[in-house]
Amino acid sequence: MSRKVLMMGILLVAGAACAKQLISTFTGFQPPAHFPAPVYHFNTNHITQAKFELGRKLFYEPRLSRDNSISCGTCHIQSAAFTHHGHDVSHGIDDRLGVRNAPPIMNLAWSRSFFWDGGVFDLDLQPVVPITNPVEMDEKIENVLAKLRAHPDYPRLFERAFGSDEINNERMMKALSQFMVMLVSSSSKYDSVTQNLGAGFTAGEMQGYVLFKNNCAGCHREPLFTDYSFRDNGIGPGLNNDQGRYLITLNEADRYRFKVPSLRNLSFTAPYMHDGRFRTLETVLEHYAGHVKNTPNLDPLLKRGAKPGIPLGKAEQTAIIAFLRTLDDRTFINNKQFSEQ
Amino acid sequence: MLWYTLLSVMLLSCSKSNDHQPFTDTAKATLSIEFNNVVGTDSLVLGAGNYRNSSGEVFSVSLLQYFISNISVRKADGTIFTVPQDSSYFLIKAQDPSTRFARVSVPEGDYVAISFLLGIDSLRNTADISKRTGVLEPAGDMENGMYWGWNSGYIFFKMEGISGQAPMDPSGQHKFRYHIGGFGGYSAPTINNIRKVTIDLTPAGKAVVRACGKSNVCLMVDVARMFDGLSRVSIASNPTVMFGAYSASIANNFPGMFRHSHTENQQR
Repeated sequence: MSRKVLMMGILLVAGAACAKQLISTFTGFQPPAHFPAPVYHFNTNHITQAKFELGRKLFYEPRLSRDNSISCGTCHIQSAAFTHHGHDVSHGIDDRLGVRNAPPIMNLAWSRSFFWDGGVFDLDLQPVVPITNPVEMDEKIENVLAKLRAHPDYPRLFERAFGSDEINNERMMKALSQFMVMLVSSSSKYDSVTQNLGAGFTAGEMQGYVLFKNNCAGCHREPLFTDYSFRDNGIGPGLNNDQGRYLITLNEADRYRFKVPSLRNLSFTAPYMHDGRFRTLETVLEHYAGHVKNTPNLDPLLKRGAKPGIPLGKAEQTAIIAFLRTLDDRTFINNKQFSEQ
Repeated sequence: MLWYTLLSVMLLSCSKSNDHQPFTDTAKATLSIEFNNVVGTDSLVLGAGNYRNSSGEVFSVSLLQYFISNISVRKADGTIFTVPQDSSYFLIKAQDPSTRFARVSVPEGDYVAISFLLGIDSLRNTADISKRTGVLEPAGDMENGMYWGWNSGYIFFKMEGISGQAPMDPSGQHKFRYHIGGFGGYSAPTINNIRKVTIDLTPAGKAVVRACGKSNVCLMVDVARMFDGLSRVSIASNPTVMFGAYSASIANNFPGMFRHSHTENQQR
């Protein structure tokens, strides 16, 4: 009798130790102290390790596409801060070309809308778009769900995450959201400096930071480096005449307005702008300093002087770029927890 | 002869027990609303080629789907019962006649009017994914789907077809496409094409809803009136109408499309 109890005791302890190991490496969603409150509705989708891991697997799952060749990770590559490395627009299934630059998947828990035109307001509804877009994955949700149900692993993973092996759209979307909101980038040199964690700016970076605060922060507000508004920054219509937010609101004032992107991780996310037309940060700064077009909806913040744009000499542009490089977060792009397993 | 009499007696035995009992307001019973798609006086047959709108344009319809939601019923004394919302979303699809009935559970009673939305209310358009089930699943594909992923809203009314008046599209077809949606916008106001339809049932027959019986309100949904209502829609002028200002002109024609043909009240 006592031997049986002993055996059970050992098993229980071993089991608990196993579970302990599982829990200790996963810390859930950790909002950085210096960030504002997140806006994602965690109350309808509490972060758990099982859901996060399922979402990660789905993120890198090419079965989301019609011919099982394209996953989210195809255009959102971690080493490029989850953008499409070097691509101005992405190519999806059958090498079909899209019309916009793949934005980074980072700090989405603070974003009130998604896509360059803010057409989607709930992250749980975002994956429907690339999955069903003919030039991205060109698939139907019902087909994706059928493939997952027939897969040897997914029913078990859905059971582990949701309590039953039912695989439906709501669960798939919520799992993907859990992975995406966990992609938090807040460990750059800038973060270390501003949080007094030991790093210090060089003279050039400091000069750039001051210039940044005086000239760029009106739209690219710290610490997320965007105010999530939609603005026309005077680059002018592109070759495909993409009218941006106008297509969502039909409001004349929104013609050619696009979301202010975050400036974190710029060293990894070239090229820049909604259509990727600027290949280097130097070109971007030259645009603001001397090539801003006086478009009908040009943002007021770019109309402060006689000439549209921001008056910046070459040395000042260089300093700002030096500062922008302090927003690169190598911890983020190397975090194995976010990688394809 | 005797056999048929026996059968009818058996069928009537349901109502026999209720004959002596007045109906109760708290008991629920089924009301069905039948949506019959027509073009003027003709039934709508998908693919049939010879319908003509008031602009003289000849057309055929290859696809017709629309959402009916937020159904409510009114009695003669003015009291209104609103069907619980989660049970009040229907997708009527011309290619699937079994979808033409919207069946709802309402208190027993005599109803002189019904109301519903053609479209999906704005709150549901902005609801959590867990509230988008059944016909509200945003999982529809680009072809027959009734959901615009790119702006998170439902397509309320989708009609496509062929007409000589439509310009040739890249696939070589003379196709017209009307995808009408727009719930008013989430963080920025935009077009609102949700339309409420109210039908007075008194002229053609009120709905007598009893647990032991069947009440079916038969409506005609007239495509010709989509082309000509508060405004006239011409395929040649507007072959493709989707998320744009002109869509309101089509949406304004929606209420006029619905006509109450008759009501079938059967006492079993």
